[in-house]
Amino acid sequence: MYTKTLSELSEGLKKGEFSSEELTTASLTRIQQLDTTLNSFITITKESAITEARLADEKRRKGDAGPLTGIPIAHKDIFCTEGIKTSCGSKMLDNFISPYDATVVTKLKEAGTVLLGKTNMDEFAMGSSNETSFYGPVYNPWDIKAVPGGSSGGSTAAVAAGFVSGATGTDTGGSIRQPAALCGVTGIKPTYGRVSRYGMIAFASSLDQAGPIAKTAEDCALLLQTMAGLDVKDSTSIDKPVPNYSEMLTQSIKGLKIGLPKEFFGEGLNPNVHATVQEAIKVLEKRGAIFKDIHLPNSGLAIPTYYVIAPAECSSNLSRFDGVRFGYQCKNPKNLEDLYKRSRGEGFGAEVKRRILIGTYVLSAGYYDAYYLQAQKVRKLITQDFKQAFQEVDVILGPTTPTPAFNLGEKTTDPVSMYLCDIYTISVNLAGLPGLSMPAGFVDNRPVGVQLIGNYFDEGRLLNVAHQFQQETDWHKKLPPFEIQS
Amino acid sequence: MPFNREAIEHIAHLARLGVESNPEAASIQEDLNRIVAMVDQISSANTDGIDPMAHPLKVAQRLRPDVVTEPNQRDTLLALATKTEAGLFLVPQVIE
Repeated sequence: MYTKTLSELSEGLKKGEFSSEELTTASLTRIQQLDTTLNSFITITKESAITEARLADEKRRKGDAGPLTGIPIAHKDIFCTEGIKTSCGSKMLDNFISPYDATVVTKLKEAGTVLLGKTNMDEFAMGSSNETSFYGPVYNPWDIKAVPGGSSGGSTAAVAAGFVSGATGTDTGGSIRQPAALCGVTGIKPTYGRVSRYGMIAFASSLDQAGPIAKTAEDCALLLQTMAGLDVKDSTSIDKPVPNYSEMLTQSIKGLKIGLPKEFFGEGLNPNVHATVQEAIKVLEKRGAIFKDIHLPNSGLAIPTYYVIAPAECSSNLSRFDGVRFGYQCKNPKNLEDLYKRSRGEGFGAEVKRRILIGTYVLSAGYYDAYYLQAQKVRKLITQDFKQAFQEVDVILGPTTPTPAFNLGEKTTDPVSMYLCDIYTISVNLAGLPGLSMPAGFVDNRPVGVQLIGNYFDEGRLLNVAHQFQQETDWHKKLPPFEIQS
Repeated sequence: MPFNREAIEHIAHLARLGVESNPEAASIQEDLNRIVAMVDQISSANTDGIDPMAHPLKVAQRLRPDVVTEPNQRDTLLALATKTEAGLFLVPQVIE
């Protein structure tokens, strides 16, 4: 069962080939046996999963089942889940049992999914390798010497390993797309405002977005259908109807204009990754897409711009963790200042502290104009480049990452080298556009992903192109050798 | 190099963030200087006449009727804190 896609499992449940309880029990057993190797879960919700599975089977017997009823999933530990530990990968929230559900959690629960647990992640979503988690790193199922990517590394590893057929992730600078690429699975970051951020622990409020991770575009379409939509509890949630993503998958892409940014194929791109992307282009040409070169002239400034804006927003968002109302509190505080400084100093890891400090610096008196204000203006330039490009093409394509997965420990000593992993994904968050990564091959036996970037609210088109690609290729069907070991 | 010990102490104080004197402070100093050197690249962009972009979408805050919609969850929320008393969060004495 663990080799099936979410859509295949949905069909299986519908046809009565197995029950949700059987599927859930089998998944939990697999996680128990194999997750000690990958460390993709922080919390496994065994008892409630069985209860939920039984309820799902009951609903099905009454004829009240939808496509997601009874499907086991996992949530990245950044989503608040009522009554369940929600740690955000941090010591700061190691003792935090959420008093409420995030909207994404509520929506997927109401659609009948069964929650198996909360997945591991880079602390407070800050990272590109899942090495900053308080709960230890996640290991890539394709090669356990390699990182799975981050910050949604637990979710992508869990899907790649067949622990769950679908999981949620969040993406602020690439944290769904990059780990999806490194783990050989499909993931989509929707347009900013498409999915509610209520109950999703905030990192950078103008960049964060939740999205689904699964083996295929078809699976992601099912999950996104449920996740997307207006939520009045999120003031940045957009009131726009959600199209039927599943229906859009089979549309022809004949004549679709796809742009190839020259800046995404230049220096720094591993030549074998480049070759893999060229092969993917040929597949889409076969399906009728027309490619043309485009320019995104300000792309080179995306990383410096992001590393001003995101830390600035994070320094503001993480100021709520003060040891007083929830989360970690230091022992024997001498006074209020000591309470704040030691709770935060002891509760946060090194990368989080670096980002809070950079963020505080760029917002501080005397530096705000040169850094934060300037970065917001460059953000406008980067966004204008995309708007210009979308006047010439329908979709943009490029590599998701410059290299396949690197080894654990390889980039942890120099933060800037880690930041460069997100070189192709980050500008998409700055502009607020939707972006998807789909598996496209292997280099050095490690997965490689191709990224599709769409115009605002064009998630359906991205899923459509990815689905067409997945009709011609079988990269999304490959299983890690980890499977054989089990 | 903008980040010397003094600058780090100042910024850490603004953020109410404890940074251990050694060895953490030394490594933070090196890291922050590397990061700032990288982000300094944004000064090369010509942004004359460009409006700052705080947010990807052109939307305004939605308004709603001034009516209570949230239930009283005081006890549930107080239960999350380390120290509470009489329905209040406790902190070390502030006023001498």
